[in-house]
Amino acid sequence: MKLVTAIVQPEKLEDVQRALVGHGVSGITITEVSGYGRQRGHVEVYRGAEFTIDFIFKVKIEVLVDDSACDALVGVIADSCRTGTVGDGKIWVVDVDSVVRVRTGERDHAAI
Amino acid sequence: MVLQINSGDTAWLLTSAALVLLMTPGLAFFYGGMVRSKGVLNMMMMSFISIGTVGVSWAVVGYSEAFGNSVHGVIGNPFQFAFLDSLVSGDPSVGTVPALAFAAFQGCFAIIAVALLSGAIAERVSFRAWIWLSVLWLVLVYAPLAHWVFASDGLTAASGGWIVNRLHAVDLAGGTAIEVACGAAGLALAIVLGPRVGFGSTPMRPHNMTLVMLGAGLLWFGWFGFNSGSALASGTWAALIWVNTLLSPCAAMLAWLVLEKRRDGHPTSLGAASGIVAGLVAITPSGGSVSPLGALLIGALAGAVCAWAVSWKYVLGFDDSLDLVGVHLVGGVIGTLGVGLLADPRTASKVAGLFYGGGVHQLWRQLVAVLAVGAFSFGMTWLIATALSRTVGLRVPMQAEVSGVDLAEHSEVGYDLTPVQHSTYRRVRHTLLLDPAQLPASSPQETRT
Repeated sequence: MKLVTAIVQPEKLEDVQRALVGHGVSGITITEVSGYGRQRGHVEVYRGAEFTIDFIFKVKIEVLVDDSACDALVGVIADSCRTGTVGDGKIWVVDVDSVVRVRTGERDHAAI
Repeated sequence: MVLQINSGDTAWLLTSAALVLLMTPGLAFFYGGMVRSKGVLNMMMMSFISIGTVGVSWAVVGYSEAFGNSVHGVIGNPFQFAFLDSLVSGDPSVGTVPALAFAAFQGCFAIIAVALLSGAIAERVSFRAWIWLSVLWLVLVYAPLAHWVFASDGLTAASGGWIVNRLHAVDLAGGTAIEVACGAAGLALAIVLGPRVGFGSTPMRPHNMTLVMLGAGLLWFGWFGFNSGSALASGTWAALIWVNTLLSPCAAMLAWLVLEKRRDGHPTSLGAASGIVAGLVAITPSGGSVSPLGALLIGALAGAVCAWAVSWKYVLGFDDSLDLVGVHLVGGVIGTLGVGLLADPRTASKVAGLFYGGGVHQLWRQLVAVLAVGAFSFGMTWLIATALSRTVGLRVPMQAEVSGVDLAEHSEVGYDLTPVQHSTYRRVRHTLLLDPAQLPASSPQETRT
């Protein structure tokens, strides 16, 4: 089992969700996060004084997935959240030891 | 002096007084949005507490100092109208309105004048020091200045202040006594108090621009009473002042935004709100003596110059946090000198400026008024601030300032946006929902974190 984590532009969340539902994904978790990558934030101006704001808003999406479906899922997310500009975000995958569905007690594969 | 009380004039003045009082909560929003979220309540409280401290002081001695019988044109007899007691009966009047209505109107002026000061010292002053400052500044600075500028001979007492009666400078609603005085005082306070921790090196972003816009709107609404009520009558003159109070901020907002767009690349909402206030400040002394065209010119000039002036503090290194110098001092000077340039003799003030054939006489009077008021306010405020810093102390401890003056001074936070719930166990408020029955008597979770 894998945990797919994607950091995306907040305004692309809806597109990603639509693509994931279309792909048959039954559940996702999202978190509002702040951070920066290569684009290093943005500039704001108040009464002529410029401020560089390093941490800018992003959405973190987490999806649990079977090993076999992982690559396809990463592709779906990447395609749906890409705008082609800096700040589009990152996707990474980590191994998951075990999963429990709280309501039924089902484990691992059955719990995804 | 007892004249016939005019019901229309009285109604307008009482309405105006309420409008002027609304300016102070409006200012609280305007200022509150501009500070960081950890200081929003303290910022708003400095305005609100001024309503209390200044309101009481005004009734006790402030009104008498400003409008009592003059001592050499410098200050009114401070005991003449103590507790406004002698104004209660039906007889005393100011022009065609009851003296009590005038005292109410001027009291609201005093409140907004003191509240304005808080902008120079945001996020770092102790609340106790501010309470002292608000009372001392009213009694020692504002009330004498109001006497100089507003107390015409025979208006409330036989003799009045020197600027209005001897110098004959024109100041409709306090371009000198309020705007220049506050700007100069703000500069003195910012210098004596010192900058906020991290000023100039860390970004201090306005935390809520929507509050700033709301505050600017309320200020503008209240300012119609501030300026137009100063006619002390409801008629053609009040209408002219009302129109000028509309037009000057319009031009100032446009000028500020054009300059900002060219200099910084974007027209900002803070620029729009600041431009409105700059235009209001500049029309405060001049609204009763210029034509609508003059109001547009004064507004445009104030908007453009103030947009430039707000950057001075970064060069000079004083933390005039919310730009009392850049907006109120500079805008007040522009408006007051603007009378000397653009005063139209067709208006009820019957003064001609340089461009209306009056020569430089009025400009000279206006300049003397600006310099006298500015120097007096700067010097007295410096003395008061220095005295306070050596007695009650002006600043909160550095740790309190860094973690937020709201929590340190008021034990509150402005915004609770966390979804984490609270519960109370043995009178200690926790940030987790705890069931007391489930906890052992000496559980470590019981200790306050």
